[in-house]
Amino acid sequence: MLADIRAFFQQRDILEVETPVCSRHGTTDPAIESLASRYTGPGAPSGTPLYLHTSPEFPMKRLLAAGLGAIYQICKVFRDGESGRRHNAEFTLLEWYRPGFDHHQLMDEVEQLICQLMPQTGPVHKISYQRLFEQHLQVNPHQTTAEQLRQCALHQDVSGLECLDLPDRDAWLDILMTHCIEPAMGPGLCFVYDYPASQAALANIRQDVVPVAERFELYIDGIEVANGFHELIDATEQQKRFEQDLQQRSISGQPLIPMDGHLIEAMKYGLPECSGVALGIDRLLMQMTGSAHIDSVIAFPLYRA
Amino acid sequence: MATYSTSEFKGGLKLMLDGDPCSIIENEFVKPGKGQAFNRVRIRNLKTGRVIERTFKSGETVEAADVMEVELQYLYSDGEFWHFMDPNSFEQVSADASAVGESVKWLKDQDMCTVTLWNGSPIIVEVPNFVVLTITETDPGLKGDTSGGGGKPATLETGAVVRVPLFVQTGELIKVDTRSGEYVSRAKED
Repeated sequence: MLADIRAFFQQRDILEVETPVCSRHGTTDPAIESLASRYTGPGAPSGTPLYLHTSPEFPMKRLLAAGLGAIYQICKVFRDGESGRRHNAEFTLLEWYRPGFDHHQLMDEVEQLICQLMPQTGPVHKISYQRLFEQHLQVNPHQTTAEQLRQCALHQDVSGLECLDLPDRDAWLDILMTHCIEPAMGPGLCFVYDYPASQAALANIRQDVVPVAERFELYIDGIEVANGFHELIDATEQQKRFEQDLQQRSISGQPLIPMDGHLIEAMKYGLPECSGVALGIDRLLMQMTGSAHIDSVIAFPLYRA
Repeated sequence: MATYSTSEFKGGLKLMLDGDPCSIIENEFVKPGKGQAFNRVRIRNLKTGRVIERTFKSGETVEAADVMEVELQYLYSDGEFWHFMDPNSFEQVSADASAVGESVKWLKDQDMCTVTLWNGSPIIVEVPNFVVLTITETDPGLKGDTSGGGGKPATLETGAVVRVPLFVQTGELIKVDTRSGEYVSRAKED
C-alpha cells in the first residue's frame, strides 16, 4: 500500500519530505495531547522537554513557506491518552499539502487516491456539516444552543446520555456526530465540509451567512479517516488561536505546550494559499482488510510495544 | 471512597452507578480527531441484571463498587433467607429471595454456588451449569416405551419441574442444565 501511495504522489510531482519527530514545540490544540520526551546534552545541559509530534503539520508548513511547493510525508505520529478499537497512541499518518488548492480541490484529490487504493469503495458523497446535521437530526449545527443540542441528543435512539455533563456546544456536536450520525452514514466515502467556526483548528474561516471553517473530514463506511483544511495563512490570527488554545488548556488544567514560534515566523514571511490533509493509514488499512480493531493492522500495538 | 478513571475501564470492572453496583461488559473509546474523547460503555446492573448503556467524558472518575465473587456452600433456607457458608472460614452469609432469584429452583443442601457479594452481602447467587437432583415424583410411564419421544413432567427434590424421557422413574438421579432447565441424562450417585 505504501508503494502505491508513493507512486500516486510521484505521478503528480509531489515531493516526499521528512520533518522532526521530536520538537521543542507541540500542538496547543486542547483536544490533542502530546507525548513528551526529554533531551539533555550539548545545547541543553539541564535538559529540555521534547514533544513527539502529533502530526507533521507545523514543520511542513515551514517548508511550504520556504517555497518547496506541493509536498507529502508518511510518518509515525503520537497522541497521549488515545487507545481503543480505532486508536493506538502511535500510528501512521499520510499528510500532504497543495499550494493553490482550496479544500474542495483537495477533497477531489483525496477521492482519487482512495479510489486508486480501494477500487471497490462504494458511492462517494460530499455534504456540508450543516446539511449533514439537518438531514440526520433536523437541527442547524451553527445556530443552536448547547441545551438544544443536548435535548436533540436525548431524543435520539441512544441511551446513557442523561447524566452526561459537557462543557460546551462543540462537545454536544461531537456526541451527535459520533453516537448518531457516524453509525447512520452507510457504506462508501462521505466527505463532510465547512465545519462550525468554533471547530476550525487550523482552517481558514470563511465569512458566509454564518462564518464557517473551511475544514473537511473523510469518513469511509462511517469511520473517520482523514481531516483537511483550506489552511489559515494569517500569522496574527494563528498566534491568536494558539493563545486561545493555551488559555483554554490553562483553565482545564492541561499541560501548557510551548507554541511554535517558528511557524508564526514562517507565516509572517508568507505561507502560500494552500490546502492540506492528514489521512490515517492504519484506519485505511482497517477498511481495506475489513478489520474491526486497529490492533489487527499493527504488528505490535501499544500493549505489546 | 475508591474511584476509577475512564482510562481504567475494562470488561469486568465493578462500578457504582445510580446507587447500584454494576459491572462493565464492554468499553469503547470514542474520539473525533479534533474533538472531545468519550468512553461509551455497556454495563450490567448487578442487582437487577439489566444491561444499560452509558457515555462518560474521558478523564471522568466513577465510584468503585466493593463487589467480589466467592464460592460458598448452600446450607439451608428458613423460608425468608437462604444461608451459605464459606467452607474454609466457616463464615456464614444469608441471601434474600431477590438475590437467590431463579437459582432457588436448583439449590440443594451442600452444593457449591458462586455468590456475588456487595459490601459483604449477597446480591447474586449462581448455581453450577449442571446439577444432579433426585426425582421425587413422576408418572410411571408406559411399559415397553424406552425411546422417550414426548417425555413427561418430573418433580425434583428442590421443587423444580423438568421434562424427562418416559423411561426415567421416581427415585432416580438426573443431571439437569440449569441455564435451560432441560434434562441432560440419568446420573449416578458420586
